[in-house]
Amino acid sequence: MNENATRIASTSDETPASTVDAGRRGFIGTAAGLSAAALVAPGVFLHSVAAAPRSEPVTDSVRWGLLIDTAKCADGCSACVDACDRENGLDLQEPHGSESKWEHQKSVWIRKVKLQDNQTGRITNLPMMCQHCEHPPCVDVCPTGASFKRADGIVMVDRHLCIGCRYCMMACPYKARSFIHQNTSGQLTAVPRGKGCVESCNLCVHRRDHGEESTACVDACAQEGHGAIVFGDLKDPDSAISQRLREIPSRQIREDLVLNTGVRYAGV
Amino acid sequence: MVKAVVRAGLLTLGLVWVALAADTALADGVKRYVVEGSPAAERESCVEPTERMRRMHMEFIKHQRISTVHEGIRGTKYSLTGCVDCHISYDENRNPRPIDQPDQFCGACHNYAAVDLNCFDCHASVPNRPGADAEAAHRAAGVVGRVASTPPQGGR
Repeated sequence: MNENATRIASTSDETPASTVDAGRRGFIGTAAGLSAAALVAPGVFLHSVAAAPRSEPVTDSVRWGLLIDTAKCADGCSACVDACDRENGLDLQEPHGSESKWEHQKSVWIRKVKLQDNQTGRITNLPMMCQHCEHPPCVDVCPTGASFKRADGIVMVDRHLCIGCRYCMMACPYKARSFIHQNTSGQLTAVPRGKGCVESCNLCVHRRDHGEESTACVDACAQEGHGAIVFGDLKDPDSAISQRLREIPSRQIREDLVLNTGVRYAGV
Repeated sequence: MVKAVVRAGLLTLGLVWVALAADTALADGVKRYVVEGSPAAERESCVEPTERMRRMHMEFIKHQRISTVHEGIRGTKYSLTGCVDCHISYDENRNPRPIDQPDQFCGACHNYAAVDLNCFDCHASVPNRPGADAEAAHRAAGVVGRVASTPPQGGR
């Protein structure tokens, strides 16, 4: 909380600098757009130019995050969950073999959680995923360094290093992580995943590294017409998510743990 | 004297011919392992000379995996996806065959060398993303529709 207060203070101090910055950013953006338009031959998709794979290491100049407006999150809608499953190949996992319950357990990267206030009876829906904490407990406890936070704020699992001990699952206050119990087949090229590893929402990291704008859940929610989820850079004061966060009151889930999550909720 | 010169000339010609023939045979051999019409098929060797690739491919892939996962660097010269894109082959129904099967490019060699190949326990063993480098090749093979979408469900 203190950190936020200081950040607000410092941004208000630097208002003139940031306006200059914004102007410059806008100019560079326009210039880049114009030159790209001039250079790209007609018939060539601009999409492929924008979607160049990243060749420089990620830096902490951005911090990716989500803002979820629970007032807009519809009861019974599972568009974000389904889109996440499709994007990351979670729906390709078919139960087979024994009757063991683990064989039928699937990974879940987004859970729709329904809350009811017992006093008033008001029902709130919130999609819960990895909260991408600034100080992630999963990273603290991981014995192999498989659980880590990328410089741009994405908390993820390096499956090359994961030994499947599930300590991180125990440490996560949000029940965000899943374990793959069975052999997988037909994985997607963009999302390698396999038996014996823990996994969770990675803010569509393959999209980030190919310069795409949003995540699968955000796209799906917008397509459904709800627009309850906003994705963006929390460090950029001009990004849609930062502007929205300035406008409406929002909270972190389990603020008491002081994890400074990258996923914020409005209306809870 | 003249005879000797002619004989030497013929010998040289013969040697050159043999060398050329061997070269062609080699090129044909190489082409067997890459998708026809792919960028790789036009090249003399993989991203490194063939001998180096044979010995070092694991080092190339392994040493960049940290930079890919932790630093997000995706546009590198070495990539497992690149292996799959170029060296995949198709069955008679134009379905891509998983590259780690014992008769396929990766699987065959690893099988012969008795090296456990577990990359594809997690990584996709068939190309299944749109806009890949090998797109033209897959189009030539008549499988672009399958490549651009997810692989057939419950495959393998």
